[in-house]
Amino acid sequence: MRRRDAQSRCPELVLVADNPDRDVRAFEPVLAAVEALRPGVAPLRPGLLAIRAPGRFYGSEEHAAAVIAERLVSIGITDVRVGVADDLFTAEQAARGAEVQGWLVIETGGSAAFLGDLPVEVLDDGDLVGLLQRLGLRHLRDLAALPARDVLTRFGAYGAKVHRLARGVDPVEPAARTPPPDLVCEIAFEPPLTSTEAVCFSVRRKAEEFVAGLGERGLVATAVLIEAEGDDARRTLLSSRSWVHSRWFAAGDVVDRVHWQLQATPAGSLVGAPVGLVRFVPETVEPAAAHADGLWGGGTDDRVDRGVARVQAMLGYDAVVVPVRQGGRSPADRQALVPWGERPTGLRPPDLPWPGQVPSPAPTRVFAEPWATAVVGPAGQPVTVTARGAVSCVPTMLLIKHCHSGSSNRWQPIDAWAGPWPVDEQWWEGGRGPAARFQIVGVDGRAWLMRCEGGQWWTEASYD
Amino acid sequence: MSSTSIKSPREHVVRNGAVVPDGAVVLRLQERIAGMQDGVPRIPVATHPALSGLLQLRTGGAYEVDSASLAMMLLAAPSQEGAWSAVIGADDFGIEAAAELGVDLTRTVLVPDPGDQWLEATAALVDVVTLVVLRPPVGVTERTASRISARLRKRSSALIVWGTWPGSEARLSLRSSVWSGLDAGHGRLRSRRVTVAVRRGSAPAREAELWMPAEEGPVRRTATDLPTRTTLDGALA
Repeated sequence: MRRRDAQSRCPELVLVADNPDRDVRAFEPVLAAVEALRPGVAPLRPGLLAIRAPGRFYGSEEHAAAVIAERLVSIGITDVRVGVADDLFTAEQAARGAEVQGWLVIETGGSAAFLGDLPVEVLDDGDLVGLLQRLGLRHLRDLAALPARDVLTRFGAYGAKVHRLARGVDPVEPAARTPPPDLVCEIAFEPPLTSTEAVCFSVRRKAEEFVAGLGERGLVATAVLIEAEGDDARRTLLSSRSWVHSRWFAAGDVVDRVHWQLQATPAGSLVGAPVGLVRFVPETVEPAAAHADGLWGGGTDDRVDRGVARVQAMLGYDAVVVPVRQGGRSPADRQALVPWGERPTGLRPPDLPWPGQVPSPAPTRVFAEPWATAVVGPAGQPVTVTARGAVSCVPTMLLIKHCHSGSSNRWQPIDAWAGPWPVDEQWWEGGRGPAARFQIVGVDGRAWLMRCEGGQWWTEASYD
Repeated sequence: MSSTSIKSPREHVVRNGAVVPDGAVVLRLQERIAGMQDGVPRIPVATHPALSGLLQLRTGGAYEVDSASLAMMLLAAPSQEGAWSAVIGADDFGIEAAAELGVDLTRTVLVPDPGDQWLEATAALVDVVTLVVLRPPVGVTERTASRISARLRKRSSALIVWGTWPGSEARLSLRSSVWSGLDAGHGRLRSRRVTVAVRRGSAPAREAELWMPAEEGPVRRTATDLPTRTTLDGALA
């Protein structure tokens, strides 16, 4: 069914884009909950897991199913269905046949009888289902009744496998997963600490343990989530932030991040309340071999990293940035500054055409804050841009600010100019009238990029 | 002092079938050895070809420039050879223009607003990168400058000061700049013909005419440019 057909029939439909990663993440708590009852969980796909029925331990298979269903409902998963059977395929079909929060147990040896009544559509392979239906095989019973040798010669190995599934004799067992190691480290403070320095001093040991724990498994963390909790009964989350490292986190780097994160105010006072607990969660771990130093050392990058870390320790995390180009129309939009160590995200692609952008060459100075200026015509009247994008009169003089010397502003005759180039961006935001850009060269040979917006002139950039 | 121990390059061509490094390599090595014995190595840093004959950057030196484009031009050549560079105190550094003039942005770090700690930040970055562009606040004292200079020599890096710096090795300035491509109300900025003047101490300035930026391609000498004129008028633009 097309999306708009679906929406016309059910207007309150919420459309969510397909995202397998999100599905896996959402299913992870379910795996953990079932794993707590019985290890050896095999995740088949998000939403479906297999486990050897722990029947004897819980008394019977029905009891085991009930225990698992109850456990999952208790963590908020209401739509739970359990199927128990001799083989995986039958168990999956049984689970599909079960009621919500219910279970269906197929007795030992009863797989073939149960599957026989199911239509061939349950095979989840459109081409094969179509073929079987055209051959007149409506139910799995019909398929199972065919001689195995004929199925193999006609449909090959794949057909033989489907035939085994339909007879309920597929011997394949899913591979159980090994529970992921618990790499999270946390340290509690008793009594809670109120100063950043005290917290940083106390977490140093734990940070070393954290990095060593990863190292024992041959891993390094390249992204770490640092959480700080308060000391009250509800354990309020005071601060949580994930940090990325340009290489990988050593213990000292983790402690630095704790310092920057907790030092919310420049004055050095701590976030909100006293800190009762600090937790390190490795968000991205990579094999240490991928980050090992070469035989002749790590090269200059390694040294640069240390130097930058010193500047960051002096001025703060955001003080050192890496320049990146991105797409946009104004010169300020076309560049981005990414803090050292972070990966640039959410950048506009620079290779797209960006109609209306200022043509090359790019200005060598791009002012972070455009400063107000003025441009006047021959009779001293201010130059404006009409709603149709034309200039009201020829610009002849411009006002130049002296950034360095600090002397007063000075009028200068205009040597050449180009424009107006209408700025047609974000008109829905509501501006101060029509806006346009100009390139203006003064008689001293300096060129400027200026914007006229509703009668006010701004200097955006300079071709110094 | 060390040159006596190394034979003239002409004698090392092919011996016993093995190729021996040519003269240029030997000269470079001699220069390095001399530098090490001195305790103050002054290794040449790659300098933009358009400035050949006017200026050769060397580690340990501080060079003044008066415009952003000159600073970018000096950054470009070492950056393309794989050197790291840092830009301190310039919050209006045009990133796209730097990339167009040949600066490798992946090996550039910016400290746009170091505030009062510009000296400490500069010292820390001089330790690790080859070329530092600094826009210092007004009124840097001789004493501060000499402290940084000592560090530059020790760490084999060069400083480009966008502004004024006591005791700089050379000062690059734009004597004149003429834009082309722009007219009264139409066209766009295309290229600029500039006269770059390099002054060393009290010696007369040496000038060259460049296309910066050129209509297409990198910064280059203009075709009519005479090989590095020396002018006697001392006045700076």
